[in-house]
Amino acid sequence: MLIYDLFKMALRSLIANTMRTFLTTLGMIIGVASVISMISIGEGARQQTLSTISKFGTNIITVKPGRKKTRHVSSDSVQTLLLSDADAIEEHVSLITGVAAQVYRPAQLKFGNKNTNTTVRGTGRDYAKLANFVLDRGRYFTKEEIVSARRVAVVGATVVKNLFIDKNPIGQELKVDGNNYLVIGVMIAKGALSWYDPDDQIFIPVTTAQKRLFGMNHVQSIDVQAGKIEDMEVIKKDIDKLLRSRHGIREGSDSDYHVQNSSQWLNSWGDAAKTFTYLLGGIAGISLLVGGIGIMNIMLVSITERTREIGIRIAIGAKKSEIMEQFLIESVLISFIGGGAGIILGILISRTVSKIGGWETIVSMQSILLAFGFSVVVGIFFGFYPARKAANLNPIDALRYE
Amino acid sequence: MIEVKELSKTYQLGKVDVHAMIDVSFRIDAGEFVAVMGPSGSGKSTLMNLLGCLDLPSSGSYLLESLDIRTLSPNQQADVRNKRIGFVFQNFNLLPRASALENVELPLLYGRVSNSHTIAREALERVGLAERAMHRPNELSGGERQRVAIARAIVNNPAIVLADEPTGNLDTRTGIEIIKIFSRLNAEGTTIIIVTHERDVASKARRIIQMKDGRIHQDMLAEGIVA
Repeated sequence: MLIYDLFKMALRSLIANTMRTFLTTLGMIIGVASVISMISIGEGARQQTLSTISKFGTNIITVKPGRKKTRHVSSDSVQTLLLSDADAIEEHVSLITGVAAQVYRPAQLKFGNKNTNTTVRGTGRDYAKLANFVLDRGRYFTKEEIVSARRVAVVGATVVKNLFIDKNPIGQELKVDGNNYLVIGVMIAKGALSWYDPDDQIFIPVTTAQKRLFGMNHVQSIDVQAGKIEDMEVIKKDIDKLLRSRHGIREGSDSDYHVQNSSQWLNSWGDAAKTFTYLLGGIAGISLLVGGIGIMNIMLVSITERTREIGIRIAIGAKKSEIMEQFLIESVLISFIGGGAGIILGILISRTVSKIGGWETIVSMQSILLAFGFSVVVGIFFGFYPARKAANLNPIDALRYE
Repeated sequence: MIEVKELSKTYQLGKVDVHAMIDVSFRIDAGEFVAVMGPSGSGKSTLMNLLGCLDLPSSGSYLLESLDIRTLSPNQQADVRNKRIGFVFQNFNLLPRASALENVELPLLYGRVSNSHTIAREALERVGLAERAMHRPNELSGGERQRVAIARAIVNNPAIVLADEPTGNLDTRTGIEIIKIFSRLNAEGTTIIIVTHERDVASKARRIIQMKDGRIHQDMLAEGIVA
């Protein structure tokens, strides 16, 4: 009953100073809205990065040659991994569903009078499956084509766009560093990241790349696909054991290769993006704090103006705690209204950003609760000092106050 | 009802002690109508603040309905102000943004009294303002405002009503009406202590306490009053 009356009184005094209340509330609105929209932008960026990265497959273990240190001199050309290592992994390691050895280098492509620089990736049968590439047209190279190192190529969507334009690439001859390659297939576009376009490459048999194009015996990486994500650690250990024995490296000493887990990579990327989100949210949080100081300021003014009212209330029997309640209700009310309106504004801002800027934004329930909760805490925190000041007024002075 | 013994109040103004009230003792029984008179600076206001539990004495004792005020906690004192004392001020002191009814209701809300609406309306009826219940103070005349203030003072059926210059801001005719209301309330059994410097007002009281230099100068029954 008393709470209801105090609430009514608080609302009434807020309405009586419409402009002042609006400006104070605006501080909270901007604070909450910026927290929500900033977090939504950060979250959107994180989700987009993660989903694009996970297109490359999350169940992939990558073996890369490591730099072997010999008397503190690291050799520059690392040629420790061989195609036979990949074959051995395929043969001896269990729980895996695919192995793809790779060599890759930039090369110049030519078709008719068109030129482009792109990545040439020499790899095996399983690569398309491992990297989540799907054929759009044509076919992938066969085992036979790999064994006999034929000059055939499957091209990515960006290459098609750059070289062939309207022509059907299948059956065309493409020049790679001066040699003719028969285009036998086209991949469906995966979509580019800002820093990497997986569609801007062509795929040729690994043997062709080694012998005919790059002139090398080693491979640059071996991707291994795990059947189940849970098995990845076991597979990593098996690969390590196998390669140690093949390379003649004793247990405990430095190996000449690295075994990496793609989900680890994904996690560290996700963590980086999360930090970015926190940073954005933190900066926005400062504006919420400034909004809180605005509340405190206006509450102090309000209390000075209503000194006599406070005196009257004490004279007719209000307890200190009840005076405090009254003014806390008022400041919390401001932050509540500001928080509510800020949520709406924040959602609108993040929608606008994703519409105009083309960014993905994600307004999570957590960010709404966080911003709203924080605004209420700010309201209580910054309302507390003015409210206590009101409660401690001397009634005799307060009643005489003009 | 009220028993005051050797009550003193000393204020400190910088390094100087100001003795606002010195050794004041008296007794006021239930149903009395007392006027406190005296020039400004004589200690009237200090006495009212002490009787009204807005301030604590420096020494001496104050018993209100056998409650020793000095031993009460701040919350208990608030309770005493709420339930046992009603205040009427010279400048009315109504909440400007609340209606007459809400102003009268306020002590009931702080006292956690249920059915406050009905009780507040009855109090307004007792001062003859029932039809103005929904008006705000700035829509009421001075006399009407003071009647709202009186209704607020009596709404919790307090032991005493303390009125500090209740007619000070009113014209003579309205002042007489307000004093009539006090007289009627007193006739109905309310104990009233009224601070005034107007002889006309004081003359309606049955007992006059004269203050001078912080002491009781004279304490006498008023003449010409039919008991």
